[in-house]
Amino acid sequence: MSALTVTNLCKAFGGLRVTTNVNLNVEPGERRLIIGPNGAGKTTLFNLITGDLTPDSGSIELLGQDITNVPSRRRAHLGMARTYQIITLFGRDTIIHNVRLALLGLSPARWNPLIDFRRQGHFTEHARAALDRVGLGHIANRPLSQTSYGERRRVEIAMALTQNPKVLLLDEPFAGLSIDERRDVHQLLLAIPRDVTIVMIEHNMDVALEFAERITLLHFGEVIVEGNRAEVVADPRTREVYLGH
Amino acid sequence: MSQRVFALLVAFVALVTLPYWMTGVYYVNVASQILFYAIFALGLNVLAGYGGLVSLGHAGLFGVTAYATGYILQLGFGHTFSIIAALIIGLVAMAIYAVLSLRSTGIGFIMITLALGEILWGLAYRWISLTGGDNGLSLKTRPEPFGFSLADANTFYYATLVVFLLSLAAMTIFVRSPLGAALMGTRDQPRRMNALGYHVWATRFYACMFSGLLTAVSAVLFVYYTQFISPQTLALTSSAEVLLMVISGGAGTLLGPIVGSALVVVVKTVVSGFIERWNFLLGAIFVAIVILMPEGLVPGSTRLWRMAWRKRKPRAGTVTGGAEAKS
Repeated sequence: MSALTVTNLCKAFGGLRVTTNVNLNVEPGERRLIIGPNGAGKTTLFNLITGDLTPDSGSIELLGQDITNVPSRRRAHLGMARTYQIITLFGRDTIIHNVRLALLGLSPARWNPLIDFRRQGHFTEHARAALDRVGLGHIANRPLSQTSYGERRRVEIAMALTQNPKVLLLDEPFAGLSIDERRDVHQLLLAIPRDVTIVMIEHNMDVALEFAERITLLHFGEVIVEGNRAEVVADPRTREVYLGH
Repeated sequence: MSQRVFALLVAFVALVTLPYWMTGVYYVNVASQILFYAIFALGLNVLAGYGGLVSLGHAGLFGVTAYATGYILQLGFGHTFSIIAALIIGLVAMAIYAVLSLRSTGIGFIMITLALGEILWGLAYRWISLTGGDNGLSLKTRPEPFGFSLADANTFYYATLVVFLLSLAAMTIFVRSPLGAALMGTRDQPRRMNALGYHVWATRFYACMFSGLLTAVSAVLFVYYTQFISPQTLALTSSAEVLLMVISGGAGTLLGPIVGSALVVVVKTVVSGFIERWNFLLGAIFVAIVILMPEGLVPGSTRLWRMAWRKRKPRAGTVTGGAEAKS
């Protein structure tokens, strides 16, 4: 059984076809990289997979279950988590509150109007553990407004990881990071255990190629090339549309 | 922190002893008005402040409960039954309201709530057999819970104070709860909340119901206070007034709406006795608030207080200003 299967997925915005007959099959534990020039439809594909957008046709399966018509909030409960290319965090709150919100999202306690959220020790403990994992434990109580861009990227990853996803979608996790930060995030991603399947969009080839086992190249919403690292890099079409000569 | 507790304690003692140091029935009545309008403002603040959903039709909901109380009393039912039935009717109205208006957020939400409020105002004005039209409905008596006649201004004040404190406690608990945290999350990042597994719509719906409950409770107090309800109460200006209470005091803060309510009611009732153009004064005050403390009176004064405090006791390297969330 595959972790994530996308079959004949299509999406058009008016006359613009942004996803055309995309097929994707990601095995459990796999590290998949999705590349493609700007506007190739990579983020759109993510938005279709997470349910932020509804496909025009085609189907999506998560761990063998058809989730094409499952609302995106339910997909989180079924084991899908994502990070955003444009950092999407709760800017008025502290770092740890952001992570606690991620934990609460999967807990039945999210409907509780009577208990004091800050005093729920197990949320705080788990959130702190997730922050330790991404190396932010020492500044857990800092307001998000006082953090750097690189730290926010790691908060995004901590929020996704703390939900214990089976499939993790990373949308350009290295975007905007300095070389040092990139190395840290890279180490962090390498440390994620193999029971998590990872699909990643990334432009930064040095780190991304090293990370991924299989690579899918999108161009104008279509899958052009798919294969392992060597195959895709060697493929003339990759050179043509992406890597340059 | 202890400063804050001390200030709240002083305020609490002042409120409890108010009829003893406040001379004159008139001023006690003004205090009652401040308190029930504060409950109304707390209710609107759930949506406008914590939910990011600005409603311009809350006066309509307020009116539904007030009219329901008056009408059921006129049918000859007792106070207890009338109050409970009116609260339920208010909540049902809120539920319908929420289902219609939560289809949208932002400007769309404002416009739908505005329209719904206007529809209710129109009904109150035109459905004469039910509402008495322009003449409104009068209530003959106030209730006598546990033998205390609320006809007396002081007793009414204490009854209002009890309900107010309960409402404030409920609000405090809600804001600190997971559901409250979820609501604020949907205000700041609805899409992210959805991806994290939250049901954004349902979270907002529950917030609407809590807001509706507080609105209905304040409406019951209002209608017993004035013993009269007319379409004027449902007008857009009433909705705007409560919204101004919330915004001027500080949207998304616990105490802001209470301060805002005090400001508006005092200018409207007390100051208007001295200044004929009190509307002008109120407008000028709002402009001043928007310019000087756009986040509202409570967060604004807290900020100034902290700045003053820091200047008196200069400590090395503690520049953390601007950490407060701006609403």
